[in-house]
Amino acid sequence: MKARTFSFRRVTSVEEALAAFASCEGEARFLAGGQSLLPALNLRLDAPDLLIDISRVEGMRGVSVSSSGLRIGALTRHVEVLRSPLVAEHASLLSRAAPFVAHPAIRNLGTIGGSLALADPAAEFPTCILALNASLEIAGANGIRTVRADDYFRALYETDIGPGELLTAILIPPPSHGQRVHFDELARRRGDYAIVGLAVNAVIHDSNVKEIRLAFSSVGPIPTRAKTAEAQLIGTFLGAEGIASAQAALANDLSPDGTDEVSSETRMHLARVLLGRSLNALLREDK
Amino acid sequence: MSEQVSITVKVNGSIVRRMVEPRLTLLDFLRRDLGLTGTHAGCEMGACGACLVSLEGRAVHSCLMLAVQADDLSVETIEGLSENGSIADLQAAFFERNALQCGYCTPGVLITARDCLSTGGVPSRDEIRDALSGNYCRCTGYEAIVDAIEVVARMRAANAEGSK
Amino acid sequence: MTAISDSPFRAANQYIGKSLPRPGAKRLLAGRGRYTDDIVVPRMLYAAFWRSPFAHARLGAISIEAAAAMPGVHRVFIGADFAAICKPWVGTLSHFAGMKSAPQLPLATEKVLWAGHPIAMVIAETRAQAEDALEAIEVELDELEPVVDIDAAQLPDSTLVYEEAGSNVIFRTRIESGSTASAFEDAEVVEAEFRFGRHTAVTMELRSILADYDPSDGRLTVHQSTQTPYQFHDIYARHFGLSEAHVRVVAPDVGGSFGMKLHLYHEDMAVVGASILTGRPVKFTADRMESFLTDIHARDHRVRARLAISADGMFRGIEVDDVTGVGPFSAYPRTSVVEGNQVVRLIGAAYRLKDYRADLTVVAQNKTQMSQYRAVGHPIACAVTERLVDLAGARVGLDPFEIRRRNYVTQDMYPHKTPSGYSFERLSLEECLDKLHEAMDYEALRKDQARLREAGIHRGIGIATYVEITNPSPAFYGVGGAHISAQDGCVLKVTSSGGIQCLISLSELGQGAEAIVGQIVAEGVGINPNLVRVITGDTDMTPVGGATWACRGAGIGGETALQASKKLKGRILEIAGAILQCSPGKLDISDGQILDQGGNIRMSLGELANLAYFRSDLLPKGIQPELTVAHHYAPSGYPFAFTNGIHGSLVEVDVETGFVKILKHWVIEDCGRILNPLLVDEQIRGGVVQGLGAAFFEECLYSKSGQLLNGSMADYLVPMACEMPDIVIGHVETPTQDTELGAKGCGEAGTAAASGAALNAVNDALSPFKASITQLPMTPERILKALRVV
Ligand SMILES: Cc1cc2nc3c(=O)[nH]c(=O)nc-3n(C[C@H](O)[C@H](O)[C@H](O)COP(=O)(O)OP(=O)(O)OC[C@H]3O[C@@H](n4cnc5c(N)ncnc54)[C@H](O)[C@@H]3O)c2cc1C
Ligand code: FES
Ligand code: FES
Repeated sequence: MKARTFSFRRVTSVEEALAAFASCEGEARFLAGGQSLLPALNLRLDAPDLLIDISRVEGMRGVSVSSSGLRIGALTRHVEVLRSPLVAEHASLLSRAAPFVAHPAIRNLGTIGGSLALADPAAEFPTCILALNASLEIAGANGIRTVRADDYFRALYETDIGPGELLTAILIPPPSHGQRVHFDELARRRGDYAIVGLAVNAVIHDSNVKEIRLAFSSVGPIPTRAKTAEAQLIGTFLGAEGIASAQAALANDLSPDGTDEVSSETRMHLARVLLGRSLNALLREDK
Repeated sequence: MSEQVSITVKVNGSIVRRMVEPRLTLLDFLRRDLGLTGTHAGCEMGACGACLVSLEGRAVHSCLMLAVQADDLSVETIEGLSENGSIADLQAAFFERNALQCGYCTPGVLITARDCLSTGGVPSRDEIRDALSGNYCRCTGYEAIVDAIEVVARMRAANAEGSK
Repeated sequence: MTAISDSPFRAANQYIGKSLPRPGAKRLLAGRGRYTDDIVVPRMLYAAFWRSPFAHARLGAISIEAAAAMPGVHRVFIGADFAAICKPWVGTLSHFAGMKSAPQLPLATEKVLWAGHPIAMVIAETRAQAEDALEAIEVELDELEPVVDIDAAQLPDSTLVYEEAGSNVIFRTRIESGSTASAFEDAEVVEAEFRFGRHTAVTMELRSILADYDPSDGRLTVHQSTQTPYQFHDIYARHFGLSEAHVRVVAPDVGGSFGMKLHLYHEDMAVVGASILTGRPVKFTADRMESFLTDIHARDHRVRARLAISADGMFRGIEVDDVTGVGPFSAYPRTSVVEGNQVVRLIGAAYRLKDYRADLTVVAQNKTQMSQYRAVGHPIACAVTERLVDLAGARVGLDPFEIRRRNYVTQDMYPHKTPSGYSFERLSLEECLDKLHEAMDYEALRKDQARLREAGIHRGIGIATYVEITNPSPAFYGVGGAHISAQDGCVLKVTSSGGIQCLISLSELGQGAEAIVGQIVAEGVGINPNLVRVITGDTDMTPVGGATWACRGAGIGGETALQASKKLKGRILEIAGAILQCSPGKLDISDGQILDQGGNIRMSLGELANLAYFRSDLLPKGIQPELTVAHHYAPSGYPFAFTNGIHGSLVEVDVETGFVKILKHWVIEDCGRILNPLLVDEQIRGGVVQGLGAAFFEECLYSKSGQLLNGSMADYLVPMACEMPDIVIGHVETPTQDTELGAKGCGEAGTAAASGAALNAVNDALSPFKASITQLPMTPERILKALRVV
C-alpha cells in the first residue's frame, strides 16, 4: 500500500492554487487535510500527477460572522468547527454533527471544505449544509461565485466544483427566531460513516412548524432532502400524528440502495426511525 | 521516479533535513528514513491509530500525511515523548495496570491518551472511550487502557489541586 | 499443594500467584519494541506480490519483462522459479482419516484458488518500487466457475476446487455414542440452525518475515512474526532441503497472533525462496489489504442441532450436523479440520449425556484458507449448546441457571468421559455457576429487566458455560504425523554474579509468557524475579519445544520451568553443600542467599557462582562448576487439561433499529492454578472482546463470485473501545493433578463463551416478541429481520 509517484507543490494563495492547477499537464488534485485523499493514494485508487497542497493558503481558514451570516473558511479543520464558539452560536447544527465525524485525530487534520468537496454521501457536514440552506463559495478562473447547497451536490462524489476550481468558504445564513436544529445518525461504531444520518433545521413556534429542512445521509448517491416529508410537516402542529405522516412520506423522498450489510428496506426503515426520533427530540426541546 | 524534495522537520526537538520523494508518508519517513520504529503501521488508511504522532502538539495519523507536508512543522513521536518524560506517568500507569499486551497499538494509544488529558480535568470513562474511538487494540479489550488513563487523570487532577 | 510450597522460605520467595506487571512491557511502552518490520539489515530487499483478482482461474502466460526493467527492481519471480527449489506442502494429517488437500507451492503454477492467491513476486529496493513494478506485470487468467457456497459445493455437478480429490468434501467424520434415536423417542425436542460468519484475526501487527540466506555458508536466518519458531525451523529446512543445523528462526516482538501466525503462508515460503535464489535478505510485510486476503480466516460453520429433553428438563441426547467451508486447501501444518473436529466433540460436553451423534463435513471453496484462530471451535460449540440449553429451559419452564444446574456433570462423576471421547480430570461447573449468579446479582437484574420492559426498554440477560481444551498432549497433532511439539524445554544458567538466564521454548506474544516463567523460576530457585532474564523465540538459543498455541504456555511451559528450576536449585545446593560441608538437604535458597536450617545466611548465590566460574580451584574435589541445567517436560497424563467457566452478558436491544448496546459482561473462570491474576484477567478480557466482535461485528463478506467484499479496516468491523463493555472477572481454582504446578490454560476462555452468552442475551431481550436469532454476527439488520420489522 504505497502511493504511486506524483509531484508536489505547496501554494499559499488562492490565485497560486488555481494557476498551479491550470498549468498542470496531467491530473492534479488539491490537498487539504488529506484525510480522504491520502487513503485513496495509499490504496492506489487515485493516482494524480501533481498534488497541490492548499493547507497553508492564507485566508481560507477560520470562522467569522457578519450580518449576512456565518462564514467558515474551507480549510477550517473539523476540530475547529467542533470547538468554535461562533459555530455553536450561529450554526449549532454543525457543532452537533462534528463529534460524529470520524475520530479525534482525523478531526485534527480533516477540513470542512475537504469533506464538502469530496461529498461522501455518508458524511455528516454535507447533510448539515443542505439542511442549513448554506451557500458555497467557489473560486475559479472567472473569479468567485457562490452556489446554494441545494444545487451543489450533483452525483456520487460529484459537486458543482469544476475541474481546477477551489471551494473557499461556506456561508451560512443567520439563524431565524425559533430555529431548532438536530443531528443524529446510526453508525455501527463510534466514528464510522453512518448507515443513515439526518440533519434537521426547523423553525418552530409553539410546536407549529413554520419551516423545516430534512437532509439525510447514506440514502442515495448524494445527501438527500426529504421534500415530501418537509411539505407534510410545514404548517402543521408537531405531534405524533404529524411525525407519523412525515415518516410515511419518506417513501416518496428516499430510495436507498442496498449494500452487502444493509438492504434498501432496512435503510429505509432506519431512516424512518431516525426521522421519528429526531422530530420527537425537537418536540421535547420545544417544550 | 519523481523529483525528490528537500524538507526540514523538527522531530522530537531536533531539526532534521532530508530529501524525500513526495509520495513518502510521514509514517514511512519516521520509520524508514529516521529509524523511529516506535510509530507503527497497521492499516495505512487512518482506521487503526497505530501510527499516531503528535504534530504541533496534536495527535495526527502519520499514515495520512506526507513527509513533505510536515516541512517546517514539529513532530513528536513516542520516542521523543518517552525521552522528555512528558508521558512518564501514563507509561507507569499502563505498566502497573498491564494495559498492554503485544504493545503494537500502545504508542498510538499513549498519544491519544496524552491529547485526551491535555485539557485537564478528569474525563468520564465514556469520554475516555470516546477519545480512543480511533485506536484499535486487539489484545486488551480496552478496559485496562481506560483504567490506566483514568488513574492518571485523577492523579494529575489531585496534583494540580495540591499545588494550588 | 506443591513441593515448593513445602519450603519454609516460601513466603519470602512467593512469586507464583502474584499480580506482578510484565518486565518486558516497559520497553514496549517506550516505543522500543522490536517487531519484524522494524528490523533492517544491510542489502535488504523488499517483496510485493501480484495476486489473482479472480477466485478461481486457470493460469496462462505471465509477462514480467517490463516489470523486471523498472527502477529499483532486482528480480521478478513466478511459480516455476520456486517449484524448482521448494517441496510442495500438503495440509493433511494421518489421524484425520481420508482427508484430502491440494498440494501448495509458494506461487500459483497452474490454477489460482482464491482471490488474492499470489502469482508473481517482485523484489525491489523499496516496497513502493516493488508495488510500482506490479503494475507492469501482465497475467493471462482463464476464469473458472468459483466454488463459494457450502451447499452448492457438495452438489455432484459442482466445479471442483481440487480435481484430484474427486469432490469438494475434503473430510467427513461422524461421532456416535449411545443411541440418539432412542433418546429422541417421546422426548421434548428443541432445535435450531445456526450460522457462524467467517472472521479473521486482524492482529495489529501485520504478518512480517525477513529471510536472510547466506550462500557462502548455506545458512538461513529468518526473523518472523510468529508464535511457533521451531515449527517454521522444521518447515523451512524440510521444504527447501536445508540442514536444520543451518536454519535459524527468530521471533522478535510479535504484535498479536491469536493462532493466525502459526500457519504457513505462501508468502513466507516465497520470501525464503527468494532469499535463497538472490542471496540477499528479503523482507515482506503484508499490508492490511493483503492481510485480509491471505491471513487465515476462521469459523464459517452452519450447524443444525437438536436436543432431546424429558419433561423435567433432563437432557437425553443431542444430534448435530456441522458443515464448514475452509477455503481451497487445508492449512499447513495443522490442517483446516481441527476447528470442525472440536465443534463436534465439544458440543454438550459440560452436561450429563450418553446419547450423542455428530456429523462433520468439511468443504473446500475458493475463498481464503481457513484454520485455527483463538478458541478454535469452542465459540461455535458453546453457542450451539448454550442456545439449545436456553431453549430447553424455556420449553420446560426452567430458569437458565436452574436448567444448567440440573444437567451439569457433577462433582461425584470425575474423572468423567464425554460421549465424544474427551476425559475430564475435574471441572468446577456448579461452583462457577453459583459464583456467576452472585456476581451478576441475577435476581436484581431480572427485576430491572421487567421494570424496564414496561418502559419499552429491552434488556437481555444471557449466560453460557464453556469447557476448554488446554495443555494438549501429542494426541492433538503429533499422532497425526505433524512436526508440532507438545513438549517444552527449558535451560537455566546461573550467571557469574548470581542471576539466572532462562532459555525456554515458549514464545512471547504479549500474553506474558516471559513474566510467568520468570516468576516460576524465581520462586523455584529462590531468587528475586528481577534477577531472572527469560529468553524466548530463537531456535539458535532456546531448546526445542512447542511454543505458544492452544493454551499450553502456562501449563506445559510453566511446568517445564518449574521442574528445571528445581533441578537447578538441587544443583546449586549440591555445590553449596560441598563448599559448606553440610548436607544439601539442610540448605535452602531464599532471595538469592543460601541459608542453613536456622535461617542463617551462609553464602550468596553470587559468591557461589563466582567461586564456581572463576575460582574453581577452590571447589572441593569432585565438584564440577556446573551451574546450567536443562529440562524437558511433556504432558503424559490426561491428553488435555480441560478448563471450564461461565460467562454472563447484559445487553440492551433497540428493537426499532436492531442496534445492541453491550452493557456489561461477566466471566467466572477456572484455569487451574493462577500464576499471575493480573495477566489472567487481561487474557480473559481481551478474549471476551474478540468473542464479542464475533457476536456483533466481525464477518468476512464474500460476493457470489468469491470476492472478499469488506477486506479493509474501514469495512471489516473490529470491536472498538466505545462499543465494548467493562468486564467483571471472578475465579475458581481447580489445579490439575497432572503437574506439580497445577496450571491449565486461560488464553481462549474469554473468546470461547462470550459470543454464546451474547447470543442468549439478545434472544432473551427478543423473547417478548417471540423472535429469535441464531446467526452470528448479530447485525442490526439480522435483528430487525428476527423481529420481522424488515
Ligand atoms: C478512518 C476514517 C474515518 C472517517 N470517518 C468519517 C466520518 O465518519 N464522517 C466524515 O464526514 N468523514 C469521515 N472521514 C473523512 C474525513 O472527514 C476527511 O477529512 C474529509 O472527508 C476530507 O477532508 P480533507 O480536508 O481531509 O480533504 P482531502 O483528503 O485533502 O481532500 C479530499 C478531496 O477533496 C478535494 N478538496 C479538498 N479541499 C478542497 C477545496 N477546498 N476545494 C476543492 N477541492 C478540495 C481534494 O482534492 C480531494 O479530492 C473519515 C476518514 C477516515 C480516514
Ligand atoms: S496506520 Fe495509520 S491509522 Fe492505521
Ligand atoms: S496491546 Fe496488542 S494491539 Fe493493543
